[in-house]
Amino acid sequence: MKKPFVTAKNAIFTAFLFIFAITFRAAIAQEEPEPEFNTHQTVAEKEFNAGEVIIHHVLDDHIWHLWDGHGTLFLPIIVYSSEKGLDVFSSHHFYDEHHTIVEYNGYKLEHNHILLAESNKAVLDLSITKNVAMLFINATILILVFSAVGRAYKRNTGKAPKGLQSFIEPIIVFVRDEVVKPNISHHHEKFLPYLLTLFFFILFGNLLGLLPGAGNLTGNIAVTLVLAVFTFLITNFNGNKAYWSHILWTPGVPLPLRLVILPVEILGIFTKPISLTIRLFVAITAGHIVLLTLISLTFIFQSAAVGFGTSIVIVFINLIELLVAGIQAYVFTLFTALYIGMATEQHDHH
Amino acid sequence: MDSPLLTPGTGLIVWQAIIFILLVIFLGKFAWKPILSSLNERETSIQQALDQAEKAKLEMASLKADNEKLLREARDERDKILRDAREAASRFSEQAQAEARKSADRILEEAKAAIQIEKQAALRDVREQVATFSLQVAEKLMKKNLADDKSQKELINSYISDLKLN
Repeated sequence: MKKPFVTAKNAIFTAFLFIFAITFRAAIAQEEPEPEFNTHQTVAEKEFNAGEVIIHHVLDDHIWHLWDGHGTLFLPIIVYSSEKGLDVFSSHHFYDEHHTIVEYNGYKLEHNHILLAESNKAVLDLSITKNVAMLFINATILILVFSAVGRAYKRNTGKAPKGLQSFIEPIIVFVRDEVVKPNISHHHEKFLPYLLTLFFFILFGNLLGLLPGAGNLTGNIAVTLVLAVFTFLITNFNGNKAYWSHILWTPGVPLPLRLVILPVEILGIFTKPISLTIRLFVAITAGHIVLLTLISLTFIFQSAAVGFGTSIVIVFINLIELLVAGIQAYVFTLFTALYIGMATEQHDHH
Repeated sequence: MDSPLLTPGTGLIVWQAIIFILLVIFLGKFAWKPILSSLNERETSIQQALDQAEKAKLEMASLKADNEKLLREARDERDKILRDAREAASRFSEQAQAEARKSADRILEEAKAAIQIEKQAALRDVREQVATFSLQVAEKLMKKNLADDKSQKELINSYISDLKLN
């Protein structure tokens, strides 16, 4: 069995992927081999780095590569720099007809970062990247689904729920009764809109991310970071006296211990959103990496039998990923509710 | 390690923040508000219906208990009336018997008294008759005996002697 190795041991995400394929297709959950991949690689270049491909596919991008040939969406670039001001143009300009990266209008694309060509200075990149486009799609779906459900409640007042409404209702009731109510004892209604939006944003994002060709939205650290920061802000802005006194001057603890606890507690404020950020990002990205790795096996071994075998495994991993999509949305919402609950809890004792 | 995977992109942060805030606002207004208020409404109405059913059940039970009580009371009342009536009847008949006995006794008594009186009257009558007969007999005898003067004188003398003696 041939094992053409091109090692990339240093990268943490490729450490467990010492496997390489000749060909590999773009779409994430693409299970069947597509041998005619080499559009932007010369046919002679047979060895292909699966690690690089996988990382490339879980990362954000300025183009949306759906399939080879004409299946690439060139997304709009929006950049701002103090030197050149605001510029909006298509990312198509960064690619020539051979799909090699070229400079355009004084900008250049380097490892997906847009720099000023002369000074190599990074610009403020507000481009509609693949994940921003995914974000728009996710938001659009959320708005369509939930405004329809909201209208259904107005239309079906006093009647039994039906259709989409009865599909969504148990999930909303679950979030409200099993996630929010048990954790936020005081004025949980105030936080419900945020928590419900959070839950469904993550759930829909996770599920969309599993679609073939979709971007890895909720597995992107920027997305999870923003969500965690919102949770952080809501938690601390709603923190009551008891919450802050527990952090700053823990009651019922001897004085020297309080001095020890103080930095730990302050650190704790920040570790909470960090854990939220990392957990969701890692869970979703790792799932995608596992799927892509299994898909890569076919191309590494160049064997239909392996392709058949891994396809079966991939189906099951995909099912697990569906489960993970729900679990991670639940966990993120649960922890957010828990943190808010801890900050707003009414302390009768002490 | 400066992994692109672990470096949050500025653009995505900005877009995510904007879109998410807009989503919370929009869904809060057009989805969560009507949904949650309808759910609350429905839950309250279900709870109310359940409470009312429970109340109705309790009311029914108390009504039934009341009915049974009334029925029991009525039955008791009927029994009491019957018992009273029976008692009254028996008392009445006893009284009647006693009275009958008493009046019979009285009648008997009176009859006896009347008989006694009649008997006495009859006896007196008989005695008077006997006396009258005796007198008549005596008169006749005397008339026969005193047909001569001698005997008259003798009788007068005897009377006079009797008178003297007195």
